[in-house]
Amino acid sequence: MPFDYAPAPESRSVVDIKASYGLFIGGEFTDATDGTPFKTISPSSEEVLAEVSEAGPSDVDRAVKAARQAFTGVWSRLGPAERGKYLYRIARIVQERARELAVLESLDNGKPIRESRDVDVPTAAAHFFYYAGWADKLDYAGLGSAPRPLGVAGQIIPWNFPLLMLAWKIAPALATGNTVVLKPAETTPLTALLFAEICQQADLPPGVVNIITGAGDTGQALVEHPDVDKIAFTGSTEVGKAIARTIAGTRKKVTLELGGKAANIVFDDAPIDQAVEGIVNGIFFNQGHVCCAGSRLLVQESVYDEVLDSLRRRLRTLRLGDPLDKNTDIGAINSAAQLARIRELSDIGEAEGAQRWSPPCELPEHGFWFPPTLFTGVSQSSRIAQEEIFGPVLSVLTFRTPDEAVAKANNTPYGLSAGVWTEKGSLILWMASRLRAGVVWANTFNRFDPTSPFGGYKESGFGREGGRQGLAGYVKDRRDV
Amino acid sequence: MSTGTLPEVSRDGVTRDNASLRTFLHGLPGVDQVGAEARAAMLSTRSIKTTSKQWAIDMIISMIDLTTLEGADTPGKVRNLCAKARRPDPGDPATPHVAAVCVYGDLVTTAREALGDSGVRVAAVATAFPSGRASLTVKLADTKEAVAAGADEIDMVIDRGAFLSGRYLQVFEEIVAVKNASAPAHLKVILETGELATYDNVRRAAWLAMLAGGDFIKTSTGKISPAATLPVLLVMLEAVRDFRDSTGRQVGVKPAGGIRTSKDAIRHLVMVNETVGEDWLSPDWFRFGASTLLNDLLLQRQKLATGQYSGPDYITLD
Repeated sequence: MPFDYAPAPESRSVVDIKASYGLFIGGEFTDATDGTPFKTISPSSEEVLAEVSEAGPSDVDRAVKAARQAFTGVWSRLGPAERGKYLYRIARIVQERARELAVLESLDNGKPIRESRDVDVPTAAAHFFYYAGWADKLDYAGLGSAPRPLGVAGQIIPWNFPLLMLAWKIAPALATGNTVVLKPAETTPLTALLFAEICQQADLPPGVVNIITGAGDTGQALVEHPDVDKIAFTGSTEVGKAIARTIAGTRKKVTLELGGKAANIVFDDAPIDQAVEGIVNGIFFNQGHVCCAGSRLLVQESVYDEVLDSLRRRLRTLRLGDPLDKNTDIGAINSAAQLARIRELSDIGEAEGAQRWSPPCELPEHGFWFPPTLFTGVSQSSRIAQEEIFGPVLSVLTFRTPDEAVAKANNTPYGLSAGVWTEKGSLILWMASRLRAGVVWANTFNRFDPTSPFGGYKESGFGREGGRQGLAGYVKDRRDV
Repeated sequence: MSTGTLPEVSRDGVTRDNASLRTFLHGLPGVDQVGAEARAAMLSTRSIKTTSKQWAIDMIISMIDLTTLEGADTPGKVRNLCAKARRPDPGDPATPHVAAVCVYGDLVTTAREALGDSGVRVAAVATAFPSGRASLTVKLADTKEAVAAGADEIDMVIDRGAFLSGRYLQVFEEIVAVKNASAPAHLKVILETGELATYDNVRRAAWLAMLAGGDFIKTSTGKISPAATLPVLLVMLEAVRDFRDSTGRQVGVKPAGGIRTSKDAIRHLVMVNETVGEDWLSPDWFRFGASTLLNDLLLQRQKLATGQYSGPDYITLD
């Protein structure tokens, strides 16, 4: 008799979702003046969760004005230690309301509660704590004496880690004395709107944080707004390029954190069982909706069979289903559009001759679902080895020597992250110095910490978030007036 | 399932001399400590409720080696324990009996008589338990006496001193000798992982014990801290899984020491389920070495049946 796990759903009652949400401007929720409201749904059931306002150009203008007023009137005049106090307060409230935030994140995004509870929310709180500490120590950040804030930051974040990306953006901006207008993704606005309530609860001065909801048009209006000093964007390379074009020639500063096609490289002396865990965590964490996902597995040919056998065996134990069930490993794909993209690229992979494999896996009837999928027999020239799929799809390639591993890993327009698995420390260092990626993980994957800078090479973007380096994107260069 | 480059195990080859055995054991894939502990921590978050909790509790009860290993043990104490082992909850005859009663060798006769044909087996610790610091002659005599007195299972300790100083062949030969001396009883080999210090050592010791013919590998004596931990269990489960892939022979696993609550025991069972699967989910292949765990399981079992906690006064102390 098998050991089946009875359903263990986290209760939804901890979170109070309103029927409709306005825009958070100047410390208050206000109605949009010129947008068309849209609905946000739960991707695991397609149930409508709430109606959300779309910020049009005049709403964006109001938000930027509120941020400017708060910058000149309050926030830039506040003592650094006082800014730190607000950030510590926000961090503590995020911790206190962790369960609420986790449930809401899983509902709106489709990710398993285990991840929102154990990764997204605690890491978001950790970012606020970390940057709270920097607020009154900026003189020691290596940015010159008394580094000055830029002013108003326009921040646009993706749907894969809604609250965590919000924390990555807002915490360093506020610590350095900027005010922000943040736009969450249109499919996942709810935790940002709950965060707006947290700002109220923390008595954050009105206008320091403004949250405006909407899709691409709203984001574009924010990027184009003349009174924004800085754009911070995390999302696709395509949109990142459009933003770079838009702000070219203006005084605006920009940091971009874009796509990736990371190589996860397994050498024959790797700790195999942990490497298999790392491969699983690398590509199936958050349904593969991770810009630094280890979507290309490079296995040394001498351990190929062993690694693939272990990997297939491990994939059979993954539990796909209700994101709110505490035992779920793989949740829902975030949207119908993303599901279509994953299907399209997977079909192309098959058409190009790669072998497709998924563990036996029953997909729920409603919502957007895609089984964990492996492609073997993938060549470097396959589209599934080149293009970012942003889903639970792993392309497996092989190599023979460290040089070949480096060449294949770097043979991509992206350069966000990479993983190296070996028991040999010298090989880790040798690889890390040759891999053109912003983050190289050794014997682990997808580990995030506020003290560690994160960002890309090449088409994965520029600028760093996290760590001391993450402050640099929000202060004036010494040459700036 | 094929295991690719996992070493094909030929006993004669790898145990020809100490150097061959060392080469083999040190050629096993390493264990990354951070990764193994992270995996164990993740599996600990599994939430086992309602019907699956009921199933797990009964399964765990049936896997218990109910243990008393004190200098103060007496025939009376052992008889009480045996009564408990046969009928853990007199108020509910549907409660399964435990797998075995585990005692010192001199109390095997008492346990054998008390257990009769109940199906509960008698396990005896032997080989100068818990330290293993005695001559091979003494260890073998200890083992033979316990078997002669009616022990169905022998829990031996390995010579950790020999293992840590790299005398693998000595450890191997001692296990082989004890295996021969304990036949037809089942042999459980205690690695005392708390003294082995690294997960790499745990994996090597596990393979060594399996190569030498151990029927079970067991974490601890219960006399050393740390005893059974989840990452150690993970490494041992991976070892029995790989050993079966490699040789076709299935070996059981027994964590022992420090597992006191139902919650903790269920975490162990989850780890079995998700690492080696159903093939090991039976008292034939997985045991818990425990003394106080049983009462917490009974308390939880009653709670699930009646909807309320009765309290420790309603659970017999033996």
